[in-house]
Amino acid sequence: MTQYMDFEKPLAEIEGKAEELRAMARNNPETDTSAEAAALDAKGKAMMQDLYGSLTPWRKCLVARHPERPHCIDYVKRLFTDYTPLAGDRNFADDHAVMGGLARFNDTPVMVIGHEKGNDTKSRIERNFGMARPEGYRKAIRLMDLAGRFGLPVITLVDTPGAYPGKGAEERGQSEAIARATEKSLQIGTPVVSVVIGEGGSGGAVAFATANRLAMLEHAVYSVISPEGCASILWKDAEKMREAAEALRLTAQDLKQLGVIDQIIPEPMGGAHRHAQDAIDAVGKAIAEMLKDLKGMDAKALIQDRRRKFLDLGSKGLAA
Amino acid sequence: MNWINNYVRPRINSIFSRRETPDNLWTKCDECGTMLFHREVSDNLNVCTNCGHHMNITPRDRFAALFDGGIFTQVTVPVPNADPLHFRDQKKYPDRMKAAQKATGEAEAMLVATGEIGRTPIVACAQDFTFMAGSMGMYVGNAIIAAAEEAVKLKRPLILFSAAGGARMQEGILSLMQMPRTTVAVQMLKEANLPYIVVLTHPTTGGVTASYAMLGDVHIAEPNALICFAGPRVIEQTIREKLPEGFQRAEYLLDHGMLDRVTPRTEMREELINITRMLLGLSPAVKGDLPAPDPVAKDPKPAPAPEKAEKPAPAPSKK
Ligand SMILES: [Zn+2]
Repeated sequence: MTQYMDFEKPLAEIEGKAEELRAMARNNPETDTSAEAAALDAKGKAMMQDLYGSLTPWRKCLVARHPERPHCIDYVKRLFTDYTPLAGDRNFADDHAVMGGLARFNDTPVMVIGHEKGNDTKSRIERNFGMARPEGYRKAIRLMDLAGRFGLPVITLVDTPGAYPGKGAEERGQSEAIARATEKSLQIGTPVVSVVIGEGGSGGAVAFATANRLAMLEHAVYSVISPEGCASILWKDAEKMREAAEALRLTAQDLKQLGVIDQIIPEPMGGAHRHAQDAIDAVGKAIAEMLKDLKGMDAKALIQDRRRKFLDLGSKGLAA
Repeated sequence: MNWINNYVRPRINSIFSRRETPDNLWTKCDECGTMLFHREVSDNLNVCTNCGHHMNITPRDRFAALFDGGIFTQVTVPVPNADPLHFRDQKKYPDRMKAAQKATGEAEAMLVATGEIGRTPIVACAQDFTFMAGSMGMYVGNAIIAAAEEAVKLKRPLILFSAAGGARMQEGILSLMQMPRTTVAVQMLKEANLPYIVVLTHPTTGGVTASYAMLGDVHIAEPNALICFAGPRVIEQTIREKLPEGFQRAEYLLDHGMLDRVTPRTEMREELINITRMLLGLSPAVKGDLPAPDPVAKDPKPAPAPEKAEKPAPAPSKK
């Protein structure tokens, strides 16, 4: 059973009622509710199409943050074989908000790195809700470096509310760790492809999304600041997050239009959290395409391609 | 006796500050509250003469004090799309922009210049905290790239003075993209084997700290500058505890290995000259302010602050 979001309340009612009718029929074999239930199903489906066909930017934030949305760990399980996690920054700790390691993607050895938010209370705490500390970025630097030296493509999955704003994280150089991770991802001579699968939260995301090819799931978001944070600064009212989400242009559709991402990966109707496997497979297909696109480019060309891509982001924007 | 040190610096500084404000204007130090003569403060590079507190200084004033004879040539920065997202909060972005331009007299939040310090040719760029909190948007990205390209072209070191509240929210994702973009600029310098020195000034925060400001060959901060990724208030809200005194300040970062040095603004110029000259394998510079370089400035555009830039510094003499 899906956890409904506030804006899905009418949908929850219809789907609930249809479920009730079916339960009634199961308990009283003489009553036939199938026609009624089917009518409600059709109504629910239409409503879902309506809701998800026109999600506002704020609603997309909610969908992107939905606790049942597939997370990095789910993608790794389904899309990769021989996944061999590699841990630690060789300096201070292993950050569980960042997972990564060697794996095979369609039989080819790769390095996969991503934020992991956790899926229940225990794992969420262990994963720090996907908010990395410097050790997470330094682990990623290590893994990217390793991939670069041994010619392995790097696949990153971005899903973080942001880098962790904590005392220890600052003490140990959060800024420097993020800056170095971005630098490293610009330096390596193998293909880097990246997918924003949920939340692309600001500087904490950018170090993992500095790729040759960047895709986003249809309802994922990627932003310089959370709508709540932006609202409290610019509107002086955190409750204005809907307006802020609108103004920030943080949806996959906006980012495509602004030339920041290369492709949008369609989600199953009702969002990735309703049909996780379909969503994961769609991402797998996109990763394969992006890698294919970079095939045959040597180290120099790949680095040049990445540089060019970011250098070009100084003149973009919507037409006046 | 070192006559240059003793006489030239005050003279040159006073040329630049005297013009702008009447002699009898007072400034209150925001740290110790002492009332100080405005001129006294500006002659001291906006450092409180009572408590040593470093107040904000504009890029133009900083450059006037940094470069030999106060002479520098502004590097043109490509102007990006003025309102790439059609952003509107309580105000429209272009209106905020116009207000900032009017208040500062500057086009944007970063100034790029070429010139000499202790007869050492350099490229410098400085972020302007008074311009929309120095925030990094596409213009600041363009400025850093222009500075790096100029440095590579002229084979000069780049000295960058950072000061920013972070990324420019009104440019959304495009401001965030300046993090990798400016990192490319830093890579250009490193590949050309040119020194890249970052002077972190109050405050340097957010995406600015987490990109070009933390990628220098040498990191020097001004005393007590706030330098962080997440600001203290955000952290206090997250961890629900009060942060210790001095947390995320320059001295604290020095202790935690993120900086090479913390240096008072009044000693910064000498230090930058020393460091750049040593990195470049040059002999020690003549100490103190030097007269402006010969006016062979082939660079096309002199700095548009005519009183400052066009007056060649007269031969040094005692007061
Ligand atoms: Zn004072």
